[in-house]
Amino acid sequence: MTDSALAELSDTLFSVSVALYSVALLAFCAQLAFGRRRARDRELVGAGGPVVEPPLEAAPSGGNRWGLLGMGLTVLGVLAHAGVLVARGMATGRLPWGNMYEFATAVVLVAVVAYVVLAVRAPGLRHIGVFVLGPVILAMVGIGLFLYAEAGPLVAALRSSWLAVHVTSAILGSGIFLVSGIASALYLARTRRSASAPGADTGILSRLPSGESLDRLAHRTAVFGFPIYTFAMIAGAIWAESAWGRFWGWDPKETWMFISWVVYAGYLHARTTAGWRGRPAAWVNVVGFAVVLFNLLYVNMVSTGLHSYGGV
Amino acid sequence: MTTTAPRQAAAAPPPPPAGPSAGRRLRALLLRQWRRLTAMRTAIVLLFLLALAAVPGSLLPQRSLSQNNVRQYLADHPDLGPWLDRLYLFDVFSSPWFAAVYLLLFISLIGCVVPRALEHARALRTPPPPAPRNLLRLPDSTELRVPAAPAAALDVVEEELRVRRYRVERREGVRGPELSAEKGHLKETGNLVFHLSLLALLLALAGGKLWGYEGSILVTEGQGFCNSFQQYDTYSAGPLVDSGDLSPLCVDLEQFTAEYEENLTAASFTADIRYGEPSAEGRPTTIGVNDPLRLDGDRVYVTGHGFTPCFTVEVPGGTSFEEVCAPFLPSDQQTLASEGALKLPDIPGREEQLALRGFFAPTGSMQGGLLTSVDPRPLAPQVALQAFSGYLGLDSGLPQSVYSLDASQIERGRLTEVGSANLAVGETMDLPDGTRITFSGVKEFAAMQLSHDPGQVWVLAAAITLLAGLLGMLLLRRERVFARADPGAGDGGTVLSLASLTRGGGESGSRFALLTDDLRTALASAAPARTASDPEVPPRD
Ligand code: HEM
Repeated sequence: MTDSALAELSDTLFSVSVALYSVALLAFCAQLAFGRRRARDRELVGAGGPVVEPPLEAAPSGGNRWGLLGMGLTVLGVLAHAGVLVARGMATGRLPWGNMYEFATAVVLVAVVAYVVLAVRAPGLRHIGVFVLGPVILAMVGIGLFLYAEAGPLVAALRSSWLAVHVTSAILGSGIFLVSGIASALYLARTRRSASAPGADTGILSRLPSGESLDRLAHRTAVFGFPIYTFAMIAGAIWAESAWGRFWGWDPKETWMFISWVVYAGYLHARTTAGWRGRPAAWVNVVGFAVVLFNLLYVNMVSTGLHSYGGV
Repeated sequence: MTTTAPRQAAAAPPPPPAGPSAGRRLRALLLRQWRRLTAMRTAIVLLFLLALAAVPGSLLPQRSLSQNNVRQYLADHPDLGPWLDRLYLFDVFSSPWFAAVYLLLFISLIGCVVPRALEHARALRTPPPPAPRNLLRLPDSTELRVPAAPAAALDVVEEELRVRRYRVERREGVRGPELSAEKGHLKETGNLVFHLSLLALLLALAGGKLWGYEGSILVTEGQGFCNSFQQYDTYSAGPLVDSGDLSPLCVDLEQFTAEYEENLTAASFTADIRYGEPSAEGRPTTIGVNDPLRLDGDRVYVTGHGFTPCFTVEVPGGTSFEEVCAPFLPSDQQTLASEGALKLPDIPGREEQLALRGFFAPTGSMQGGLLTSVDPRPLAPQVALQAFSGYLGLDSGLPQSVYSLDASQIERGRLTEVGSANLAVGETMDLPDGTRITFSGVKEFAAMQLSHDPGQVWVLAAAITLLAGLLGMLLLRRERVFARADPGAGDGGTVLSLASLTRGGGESGSRFALLTDDLRTALASAAPARTASDPEVPPRD
């Protein structure tokens, strides 16, 4: 295939993946609407007996075909989504994260893959499919509309092997943080309901995994993402030292990466500090989510700094 | 936090008449505040404050990034600007309040981590703590009934745990023989390494700021510079830098090459330079974007490039200036359209000074009567020149940019325009007084920067240990396992209570279940043989 055909294929796959995610979203909606309630009481543990912590989430009751369908479609969407980047990479003969369009597409891909991996390991998490795919589709549409950039070569400053190291780890870290943030947001929604009206635990939200497992999911993903993000920051500093003549210069992008790093450090602290556990810590994580999003979008599109290259 | 602290202190009950002395009370108060400052909660609040404090630094223009943008902002916001400036909002990262936040955070960190490190050092040398009184209260706990005698059963448990690299301590407790085991001290070590690395990082940063400096200069092909503050266009230096102490280094730019892709994306910039001590011949090398010259403690970068048009000026009366050149600053990075000025203050036999102001296009094209640039490569260089005659105001005492004419001199009529023309290379314009100005050619210039940061390698080292500590802290687990053997209900067997305590790393329950399964198997296979021979045999060593 020629480069331009590959570039076109990449653009087509983008639409295909959005379409697949949308159908998967419908399936997940159907799961929430028609699925039976899970028997959550199974998690309760008899006193005295061997205490077995529940796995991340108990299996859903009554094999929910809608959920399976949603997962299947999501996986197909992931394949198309990955194809967007692979075709881009082949068309341009470089890593497919040289501009905002490609970078943002990759971050969203990481978020979906992280979700799929978690949901395969803990089937109960399929119930949050709607809340993952909803933002994902919004993000993809936004990326397609506002960030789209033609396939093209890299500017000189980006031609460095640090692109692979720094940007890849930043993509991984940000994508994982997004999943963590969604889990914390759902945890907040979930626990608000049961806190305000403990008896009335019905409705869509009650079909979500338990608050405890959402909180644990959020923490574990954040713990996974934090070292990666830290590494991305260090790699970025090393690259900046050779590209811009200083390893840290409070460029807007650097500043916001620092801010989000500090917020996630705050979240990890909050999780282990009496008085901050639970909802306050979850709020910190949601703030982290907002900061990462802000960093992904606003900083590149609106402010001008050394990082604003590669279109948009 | 900062607001509640004084209030609580004020609300403390008044001292009883015969209370402790003022000194003691002061000490108690200080101690209380110190505890408060070093509490985890304070750390969280301070982390938040730090994040918050960094926000204006990215939303408002900063002097450290661009003096021009700050000046522009102040001009656009004459009312608000000065107030923001008074609050250091254009110098956020060097402001006292930003420093206050991170210094408080780091004091809190010291107060938190140093005692913890001491305690950890002690813990490394002391055996695992005795088992809690009621093991079954722990979240991961169970009871096993085994046929072996208490001591033999604990032997088996000890063996199984040692294989798993636990440190095991046997004790004779009030409630029977018991065992404590522990592994995973590295987790705590990781935590301490991480937090101490943060301190080291801050110190290295501070050292770099104090003893580091940076100078930048535009160098046209064929020219060079030496490392001294007088030579640089702009420089910044830490307070402890002695300007006589700069490393003796000179750099000459021989050739600058910019390459472009078909769609005019910049592909590479390289500068062929010679460098060495001032008197030495100089070693040749090539530097470029992402590829600076690294010497012992100094680095030389190419941070940008542009064009330097050259002119020949022939003044009536025989004086002529051959090849006077001036770098023109790019006003558009895509097409490298540039603007600049050339000043000729000293023309022999003439009162008036001469100046040229110009717009340079590496590949010029006339659009609507105006010269514009359509390509960053010098394919068809052209300048749109204005010539001025009069008084430049260079010795007026006010600093002037070398890259532009002082507009106020023109407004005041001290400088008057005496001619203008668009010139391609080799073309000449004639001024009314007979002066001939020829656009003789164009060279490239490189924006070069020399940086000296003695803290940099230490920052890198601290960053690496920081990451290692972080991985240890987040990925490792600290596990304690306790077991207590109770002689069973008279059948010669034992009721073994087992419990574990885990810090870090997710599902402790399933791992505990695995451990108990293994122990049960081991106890089942080991116990009968021994009980059959002699139940009271003391444990082998
Ligand atoms: C300079 C800013 C700081 C950063 C970036 C930072 C970062 C972190 C991170 C990422 C963790 C991991 C939490 C986990 O295990 O999930 C942690 C743990 C911890 N930090 Fe900090 N920290 C900072 C300052 C402090 C300060 C000032 C204190 C003391 C008041 C402190 C005390 C602790 C303690 C005790 C833990 C262990 C928590 C536990 O595992 O139980 N840290 N820190």
